[in-house]
Formats: sequence, structure tokens, C-alpha cells
Amino acid sequence: MTEAAKGSRAAGIPGLVRGLAATARTLARPTHTSEYPDAPPSLPPRSRGVIALLAENCTSCMLCARECPDWCIYIDSHKETVPATTPGGRDRQRNVLDRFAIDFSLCMYCGICVEVCPFDALFWSPEFEYAELDIRELLHERDRLGQWMATVPPPPALDERSADPAEVSALGKPARAPRAPRQAAAEEGQA
Amino acid sequence: MSPAVEVLVRTVAVLAAFLVLPLLVGQTEHKVMAHMQGRLGPMYAGGFHGWAQLVADGVKFAQKEDVTPAAADRPVFRLAPAVGLVPYLVALAAVPLSPGLVGADAPASAVLVLAATAVGILGTLMAGWASANKYSLLGAMRAAAQLLSYELPLVLAVASVCLAAGSLSLTAIAGAWSPWWLLWQLPGAFVFLVAAVAELQRPPFDMPVADSELVFGAYTEYTGLRFAFFLLAEYAGIVLMSLLFAVLYLGGWKGPLSGDLGWLWTLLKGFVVSVLVIWMRVAWPRLREDQLQRLAWLGLVPLALLQLALTGVWVVATA
Amino acid sequence: MGQTGEVTTTDGPRELTVGMGAGGLATADMVLNIGPQHPATHGVLRLRIVVDGERIITAEPVVGYMHRGAEKLFEVRDYRQIIVLANRHDWLSAFANELGVVLGVEQMLGLEVPERAVWARTLLAELNRVLNHLMFLGSYPLELGAITPIFYAFREREELQAVMEEASGGRMHYMFNRVGGLKEDLPAGWLDRVTHAVRAVRGRLPDLEALISGNEILEARTRGIGLLSPEAVAAYGVSGPIARASGVDMDLRRDAPYLAYPELFAPGGPGRVVTRTAGDCLARLEVLLEQVHVSLDLADACVERMRSLPQGPVNVRLPKVLKVPEGDLYTATENPLGFNGYYLVSRGEKTPWRLKLRSASFNNIGVLRELLPGALISDMVAILGSTFFVVGDIDK
Repeated sequence: MTEAAKGSRAAGIPGLVRGLAATARTLARPTHTSEYPDAPPSLPPRSRGVIALLAENCTSCMLCARECPDWCIYIDSHKETVPATTPGGRDRQRNVLDRFAIDFSLCMYCGICVEVCPFDALFWSPEFEYAELDIRELLHERDRLGQWMATVPPPPALDERSADPAEVSALGKPARAPRAPRQAAAEEGQA
Repeated sequence: MSPAVEVLVRTVAVLAAFLVLPLLVGQTEHKVMAHMQGRLGPMYAGGFHGWAQLVADGVKFAQKEDVTPAAADRPVFRLAPAVGLVPYLVALAAVPLSPGLVGADAPASAVLVLAATAVGILGTLMAGWASANKYSLLGAMRAAAQLLSYELPLVLAVASVCLAAGSLSLTAIAGAWSPWWLLWQLPGAFVFLVAAVAELQRPPFDMPVADSELVFGAYTEYTGLRFAFFLLAEYAGIVLMSLLFAVLYLGGWKGPLSGDLGWLWTLLKGFVVSVLVIWMRVAWPRLREDQLQRLAWLGLVPLALLQLALTGVWVVATA
Repeated sequence: MGQTGEVTTTDGPRELTVGMGAGGLATADMVLNIGPQHPATHGVLRLRIVVDGERIITAEPVVGYMHRGAEKLFEVRDYRQIIVLANRHDWLSAFANELGVVLGVEQMLGLEVPERAVWARTLLAELNRVLNHLMFLGSYPLELGAITPIFYAFREREELQAVMEEASGGRMHYMFNRVGGLKEDLPAGWLDRVTHAVRAVRGRLPDLEALISGNEILEARTRGIGLLSPEAVAAYGVSGPIARASGVDMDLRRDAPYLAYPELFAPGGPGRVVTRTAGDCLARLEVLLEQVHVSLDLADACVERMRSLPQGPVNVRLPKVLKVPEGDLYTATENPLGFNGYYLVSRGEKTPWRLKLRSASFNNIGVLRELLPGALISDMVAILGSTFFVVGDIDK
């Protein structure tokens, strides 16, 4: 109980009257609701609304599909042979994404897929207005997932006390090559 | 005007008031409650601040399927909403808005109004019994128990006013009213207000419909238009009791500039009382059934008797 | 509104004699199923009660309508995926639920969590506690017929949920804990917004309290109702605010401290354990109301502390495949609803061999069987609400 509440009770104001007074005070103040469909909510960039796919980055490595706790990501791909670019070189193989779909009727919005993607192909978008009348429509295929990319916000700046990014802290560390320690130290001094 | 036309005009006027005033109170409740809770309430229906919300609700109710449970006592179940609604219509006809503006000017209109409103509760009892639902039954039992607790103080409080005015006619009571009554009849007014809220089954005395306990009490099984009738009865009840309070305790049409606009004063005072009824719902929790009984028999009845004695002594002393 | 204590406290079966006619009116007891779909059970708890009129003779909680097999599912999930499921059983205390899992795994791994992560976790856990209790302060009066407090409570919840969402991305299922710390660092300026939100909530709480504390009707409905003795608390394993309202002074934050609680609950710190001795519904309400204030103070202390911490990470680098060494460990945390425990048995795999979940609500509602008989149906709603359970936490 706050001091204020204690004080007013000490003053002998019945609780029923205080209830009436509190509601009357609220009546006199402006409302605190937001008029949602008319006024879109401002959501933080980290808000987990929908998952967007940047298909160009996807290598069909299947990490997201395997890590998903309820297996709601469907990926089909095939291997394609890329002819050697240099004469005498070897032909290379690469994965071509045929299908990438997320079933949002199963998705638990945990974000593990976005977290594990090693090639930055998946992103969170705060967009949330994709309710459907038919549950099957919640299966978003590659195109639909790609369209969400336009709504992905840039990540927020981090707290001033956060650790430096890996790239920055790597600069401060001694280089890994143990063969030429003097040379590495010299480079570090220049940096 | 021939008598037949006059009857027709009066009937239509009362019916119109019966349909419009409860909607006004309902809309006021929507908006006042919303703002007391920091919300806006309905904003879309009808365009301007959702003024047509209750009309839209009515249309929705009319479209809904009218379900009668298989195990229900069909005739009773279907008749109950009418029994709950019509008495308020009858009572409203007898409430004067100004000396000349009254649906049916009965000589003993105070008695008529009290008698008519007491019938309304039968609708709830019938609904609860006929629904073949345990929650409905419990709700009806609570309503019956509640009836015992508020009816006596209500009648005693009105009796005191009648005694003070020396008449059973509402028109005459308001005519005899003077501002001094505000103090003199204050205990009676308090008793009347509390008992009226209990009769209306409005918070803090909404135990018969307590949604968190009995789902919706006697009205649990009702749908569509029949359910809407019960809702209408509740709000018509608020209108009736508020107007009655205005006429009995607040002098009805008496006020500055009350020449031709006296009826406006009655409506205004009634409106203030109904806002008070709404306010109580917003601010307070619900009592328990036995606590209402306790309040009624240990608080309201003695207070009403005291008021009656006080009024009697004063009337005799000043006669 | 007079006191009606003597009406409600009857011991043993009541004799009901109706003096009507020659032999009295025969009465029969009625079996009433409260739930699984009922406004007062917030979820799918079912109570099978036998009533004599409105007086409850026996009451039996029937649980399991929402059983999702969480423990079995844990066994085929790695320690990151478990968090997804673990934060869902008590959906009002998602952060605290996540916490128990990662604390256990970290302890078994012998992992040192960065200091900033420890304080951030403590802060988020306390904000989560406030969110949880605000839900109670809104829904409990609603069950007693007061319709406004829930709007006031949700306004404050919204304030705190905004900062929680800004940091974690989730409004209910934060998914912000990871083994070794937090998912990612806090956004810039977030601490200021927490301070602002906490101040705003504290500033407006008197409005909510004006509707609840000291309200004569509310007190008449709750005082002396649902008396829970300390013995029953011990017998049924009741914990959390409900146990403390019966005078059982135990709080794992103080008694078996984890995270940054040793410092917060040290003498002179902002932490204190709220207790009441009455053991009735009112005492439970008072404990939960006062805990909101304590948790807001704790949150402020955490923010202050975080401002003075040196720069550093909020998580540690983990191997790609995280395997917990063989062994077993029971980790208990003081969740908003009571003791929340995870018994983790690992056989050195990347999934647990067994992860037993001890949830607070399951034990707390067991005692309903003792609390309800003798009460009226109206009291049942008051008692049910005051034991503050989450159905997901019961059925798991």
C-alpha cells in the first residue's frame, strides 16, 4: 500500500467513496487507449510479428527447418551444377531453393530460425496484420515471405555498456597466427 | 380530441419514451463507463461517437437465432421476457414528467408503480425456472431472495413520502415537494436508491446475474430478441427508478424557469440519478446475497421505519 | 455493509431444516460442474462441486483439460528449444519460467554468466512479476464484480509490456533467456525507458488501489473467507504469495537466492518478503498488492545497478551443439505464483533425459479441496480467484 492510500484511509474517507472518486478522476482525464485500426501501433524493431525471407541469401542449408521446435518450416531444394568458369577448372555444385514456406498457424514465434540462420536470410518484422479466415492461408510461401522484407526495420542501437561487436573486439586481440608473433604485434601497433 | 385518439396518442407517446429513454441510458452507460475506465467506448456505429451502437445491437439481436433449450419448459421460457418487460411499460405510463404530461394519471399512481414493478421480477423467476439450467435456477433463487430484501424498504420509503405529501398520487407528491424535503427525506431517499438498485439487479447488487459466478443467472439460456427484451427491461427499469426518484425526492419538474419546461427538469434529474446508478456499477464490486439481506434487514428496514416515524411526527406536529 | 463472518464459517456438514408443513421440505444436494468452460475458472479448470442450496458440501478440482505433455516434449528438444516450451506453461510469468531452465543448465555446465546479464535478468524477472501481479489485481476484482480495475491494471501492464517487448521482441513469451545469458544486448536508452515506465506505473497505482484497498464491499467479500492455515500450506505444498498470506514466511529470493537477489535481499537492500497472517482472501490480495510495490522498488534498484556496471557482454559463446554433462540437478526459483522447479536429468546428450517440472499452480489449487467446502458459491469465486492460478501451470 502506498503512503497516499494509507493517508486517505487515515483521513476516514470510505473506500466506496474513494472508488467513486478514482473513476470520476479518470473520467475527467483523456483516455489512454489507442484507436488501433485508425492509428497504427508503433512497435519496437525487435517485435516478433512475422518472419521475412531474403531468398537470395538462403543456401537451403536446412538449419532453420531443423532447429524449429515445431517443424513449421518447409524447404525444398535441388542441386545445380555450375560449369567451371576457368578452363580446366572443376564444375561446382550449388543449392537452388525451390520452396521455402513457413506455416504461421504452427509457428510459436520463438525466433530460433532467425537466430540460427548463418547467412542472414531470415528477419523479424513487427508486421502483424495477416490474420486469415482460412487457416491454410497462414502457410506463407516464398513470395509472401519475401514481401515482408520491405517491412523489416533496422536493428536498434545497443546499450552503451554492451560489449563491442565481435569485429571490433577482434581488432584488439593478438592475431591468431603463432608463426610470426613479432610481425603480428607490429601490425597491431599500426592498427 | 376524442377519447379514442387521446388513448392512442398517449399509448404511442409512452411506448416511444419506453423505447428511446432506455437506449439513451444505455448509450450513456457505454460512454460514461468507458471514459471512467480510460476508454472511448463505441466509436463507429452511426458515425459520431458511436451514437447508434445500441440500435446496431438491437438489429444484431433481432437477427440471432431464437434458441429454446430442449429441456426447457417452452411456454414459460418464451413468455418470461414479456413478463419481465411489460410491467415497466405499465409503470412508466404512470410517472408524470410535469403536472400535465403523464401517460395515465392514476389517482394512486405511487401504488400502481410499485405494484407494477414488483411483477417484473416474476419474469426473472420464470426464466430461471423454465431454462432447465442449474445456473439459471440458482440465479432465479437469488433473485427471489433479493426480492424479499428490497421490496419492504422500497415500499416503506415511498410510504414516507406519500405521508409527507398527504397523497398517493405522484403528481401531487411532486407538487407538495419543497427543497426542505432534500434534508427531511434524506434517509428515505437513501433507502429508496439502494432498494431500487437492488430491484434492478444492478451492481453492487447484481448477484442474480453475477457473470463470474452464475454465467448470466436466469438469462443464461436466452438468445436473440428474448435476451434483448431482458436487457431492455433492465434499462427501462433504470429509467423508471431514476424518474421515480426524481419525482419523489427531487421535486420532479420544480426548478428555475420551470414554466413550460418542467418536464425537462424531471428528465434531467432522472438522468443524473441514472448516471449515479451507472457510476456505482463502474466503481464497486458485488455484494453477496446474504450480505444484501443483512444490509436490508439490519440497515434499510430500520432506517425506512425511522424515516416513516420522523415523517409522521413532523406531519402531525405541523398539521 | 456489516461484517458477515459468522455466516460463512461453518465447520462440518450443516443441518438444514425447513419448517414447512408437517414433515419439512425434502431437499436434495445438487452436483454443479464449474467449468471447464466457466467465467471464473479463467481457462479450463473444472470443479465438480456438490451444493446444498448455495452452500458447497464437497469440491473436487478436475485438472488435465489443458495437458500438453510439456515434460515429454522437453525430452526431444535441445536446451534452446526447451525455453520456447518452458515459458508457456505459466503464460503470465514467461520470463521466470525461462529462467529456471537456463539457471539449471548453466549450473550443470558450470557456466559463469556475465554480470550485466545477471542484473538484466533480475530486472526483467521483477518486471515480469509486476506484470503477473497486475493481472491478478485486474482479474480478481472482476470476479468479485468490480469491472473497472482490470482496465486500470491493463494500462499499467501495457506500460511495462512495452519495455519488455522493446528488449525481447515478445509481449508474453519473451524468449529472451539463453543458456549463458540473454539472447542479445539491451537497446540503447532502454534503461531510461524502464525507469520511466516504473515511475509511471508507481504514480498511477493509487488509482487502482483506490478501487481495491479499503473498499468496504471488497473487504466484506474477502475478509475471513477461504481461511488457509499454515499447516494446510505445508501439507499441500502451497507456495508463493498464497503461502505468505497465511504467515508462512518463505521466499526463495531471500532463502535460496539466485541471480542478483543475494545483494537485493541483503539487510538494507530494497528487497523484503511480504507476509500476512490472516490467511484469508483479503490477506492474499494484500500480499499481491504490496508485492507490486516491492518488485517496482527492486526493478529500480536493478536499473540503478546496471547503470554503474562496466561495459561487458550479456552472454557467453557456446559451442554449436550444447551438451549438458551427465548428472541431475533440481533448480527452484521464486516465480510470481510460487515455487517453480525444474529437475533436470542429463545423460550427456544435447537433450535432457528427463526434465520434471514442478509448477506452483498445481500445488496451490490442490488445497481448494479443503478451502471450498462450507463456502457459498459466491465465496467459491472469491477463493478460486484468490488462489491465483494459471491453468497452463496446473496442467502443464
